[in-house]
Amino acid sequence: MSTFALLAVTGLGLGALYFMVASGLSLILGLMRVLNLAHGAFLTVAAYAAWSVIQMIPDQTGWLAMVVAIVVGIVAGGLFATLTEMILIRPLYRREIGQVLVTVGLWLATVSLIHGIFGADQKIIALPTALTETTAILGAAIPNARLIIIAFAVVLYLLLYFFLKRTRYGLIIRAGVENRAMVSALGIDVQRAFTLVFTIGGMAAGLGGVLTGANFGEIDPYRGTAMFISAIIVVVMGGMGSITGSAVAAVVVGLMQQFLNYYATGVGDFAVVILLAVVLLVRPGGFGGATT
Amino acid sequence: MSDRRTLLELRDVDVYIGESHILQSVSFAVREGGITGLLGRNGVGKTTTLRGILGLVPRKGSITLAGEEISRLPTHEVVRLGIGYVPEDRDVFAGLTVSENLRLAERPGSELRYDLVYDLFPELRERAQQRAGTLSGGQQQMVSLARALLNSGNKILLIDEPTKGLSPLYTRNVAEALRRAAEVATILLVEQNLSVAHKLVKDVIVLDQGRVVYSGDIDDLMGDPELARRHLGLATAGSH
Amino acid sequence: MIRALIVIGVIILLAAAPFLPIPIPIIFSDPLNAPGTLNLIGLCFVFGGLALTYDLVFGFTGLLSFGHALYFAIGVYVPAVLLAKLHFTLPQALLTTAAMAIIVPLLIGAVSLRVRDTQFAMVTLAFAQAGAVYVGQSALTGGEEGLSLGSDSLPAFLVGVTNTHNLYWIALAFLIVSYCAGWWVVNSPTGKVWQAIRENERRVAVLGLNPFFYKLSSFVIAGFMAAVAGFVYLLLQGGASPDVTTANFTLTLLVMVVLGGVGTLWGAVAGGIIYEYLNFRLVALSNSAGLQGLPAIIRVPASEPEFILGVLFILLVLFVPGGLAGLVRRHSAAVAAH
Repeated sequence: MSTFALLAVTGLGLGALYFMVASGLSLILGLMRVLNLAHGAFLTVAAYAAWSVIQMIPDQTGWLAMVVAIVVGIVAGGLFATLTEMILIRPLYRREIGQVLVTVGLWLATVSLIHGIFGADQKIIALPTALTETTAILGAAIPNARLIIIAFAVVLYLLLYFFLKRTRYGLIIRAGVENRAMVSALGIDVQRAFTLVFTIGGMAAGLGGVLTGANFGEIDPYRGTAMFISAIIVVVMGGMGSITGSAVAAVVVGLMQQFLNYYATGVGDFAVVILLAVVLLVRPGGFGGATT
Repeated sequence: MSDRRTLLELRDVDVYIGESHILQSVSFAVREGGITGLLGRNGVGKTTTLRGILGLVPRKGSITLAGEEISRLPTHEVVRLGIGYVPEDRDVFAGLTVSENLRLAERPGSELRYDLVYDLFPELRERAQQRAGTLSGGQQQMVSLARALLNSGNKILLIDEPTKGLSPLYTRNVAEALRRAAEVATILLVEQNLSVAHKLVKDVIVLDQGRVVYSGDIDDLMGDPELARRHLGLATAGSH
Repeated sequence: MIRALIVIGVIILLAAAPFLPIPIPIIFSDPLNAPGTLNLIGLCFVFGGLALTYDLVFGFTGLLSFGHALYFAIGVYVPAVLLAKLHFTLPQALLTTAAMAIIVPLLIGAVSLRVRDTQFAMVTLAFAQAGAVYVGQSALTGGEEGLSLGSDSLPAFLVGVTNTHNLYWIALAFLIVSYCAGWWVVNSPTGKVWQAIRENERRVAVLGLNPFFYKLSSFVIAGFMAAVAGFVYLLLQGGASPDVTTANFTLTLLVMVVLGGVGTLWGAVAGGIIYEYLNFRLVALSNSAGLQGLPAIIRVPASEPEFILGVLFILLVLFVPGGLAGLVRRHSAAVAAH
């Protein structure tokens, strides 16, 4: 029972991280139809920016450091994303393949630059003492860090949900995911929504990047890639443009990976791809959100 | 009639879609007030004309709205100058509620005429929280029309086949709504249903194979069996 | 006519390379017939051919697949595992690899092609990643360390530094055969349908042809040829390593083809050759003494080949969308206009 609880919470923790990366990606894909391959780079940049800033704080295991790390991560991710949209994506407005390609170049350049500056070895992330301790749930010792991560994901989901449902730009984004042309035909400048969605995505990815570091206790230049690809699976399964779909898919993917990997390493990752294949065979549009 | 000013004017407008030359040197003027019809058989380019005015397809030539050149502007700026659009497939946002669909008509600088809209379409007030995707075709058409009419800044409404696929009851509702709408806005109406068109419009522009082939009074057109047959595909003319 | 003669001349020259002790300063650090040089040129040939196979799928059929490297990896890893770990004979290994090189893209294509464009790209990426994860963790494939082909796994003429020229000729033969095969298939009725699909898939369906089968055929044919490239690569490298399974690697394939010019066979080949050459040389350059003395702000980015390639790629996409081939076309059009 305690093993079950531990696996479940770890899986939910993974799912929480996937959701942070996938939510923004899903909105970007749903609204702009751009496959932002640099999304994994947003994650990595945020994590390293946070780590660099933390080095300047004397007490790295204090709560202040933690808060600073998260804020820096969110800001770095958001800023990087906004610049990417304005400088690289916008000029290529009518060339969708070009937009994807330019994010390829950005991804390669960013990851290798980080590798060049910081080296390939992992940087250790020190957490506040309270987070390294565990809480007993159903007989298992659950690391508190995992619980906090899950809490962050829930808060993120609620924020996004209310943003989409209750604000004007949220309304515009929801409409744009369905039919971009019609939104323009109502006199609304969709371009602003694009920038907004990229920024939100970058901020969420930034949060995900920092918390990934907290989850695994370390950061390296390449983890962003693996997270990004898992996020892609989550987005395809959950439906492009649907954050509820992403949330559900993230939980499923995280739990599945964790439980199956427990029995044999690597089986979980494999099984998730098989699940993706099954979903595509049965329902090519994914489960939530707008169809292409 | 002749002292009404020109609200919308197209001059030598060309539209290419891929390699097809869909609109060839199209020129016509729509006068302010009332309903002008844009007629023609299937596939002659009527929908493309509306989309060209809005900038939803790339176009060459001159298009002016109340004297202002709009052919170089992006779609959302064109619309902000005062155009309401009711597309052929209605294009309501299925995942949004009726009220959310209507709210998207909001623009800075102009007010929303909810009284007019709810007066014309009382059903929409009842179904305000219903998801638009669950409405019937006729109800969706009402949403689409309401959305275009809602913004008081819309001087001209481009309406594409609003009665297509509708029951006689909804067709009558739509016709009535158009008549009322014409009291507050100019309408350029694409319509295949000639009996509806004949009841609503006075001036018509007829397209054939991407060109303007007739421009004038609808009674004159319908009264000429040869013209009517050639351009509208009517077997007999003079129908009412 | 002249062009054909030039091409034949170049091929003869290339074939004769192992006999020509000519130093080519700057471009190569050793003379032409040195094993190191031949190996590098051989690798360039492999990448030229590999880029060509990707051009078939992406450039000609318009399928943005991010999992093409997986089939290359099959050509690298399957023979390696069969020869080194399971002691198959060479013919047995080749037959098995060939079978897998048809079945795997067939299965993956059948699932992935259910969706279009962006989703297709993402799904192919996911499948490739699954393969990468498996290769990286499995004992059979040697995990992170990879596998090396011992001298008892292969016939004698393929092993050892002294036989580098044999591998070189195999690589050259591979490039020539791939190019001819690519040229033949692209100009065949099937190839024409591929290009029609790239332009307008609906129109193809309206003509009564089933786009799905044609897309799948493109996927499988290109995948098979990529596996052949993989095998040649395995011979040249003498072993398999997980680098060829990473998402990074798949993306660099994309860079090669766009660099050279999407939808032109020779452009893709040129892109592949230039990319591999630069990749190799930039690594050597970055370790050189000359670079170590520069201030960090120049040295760090300059010592990361992928950074330079990434930035070049971005500039390319923004300002020169046609790639190398596009530049040549524009130049010859400008010349003709005078």
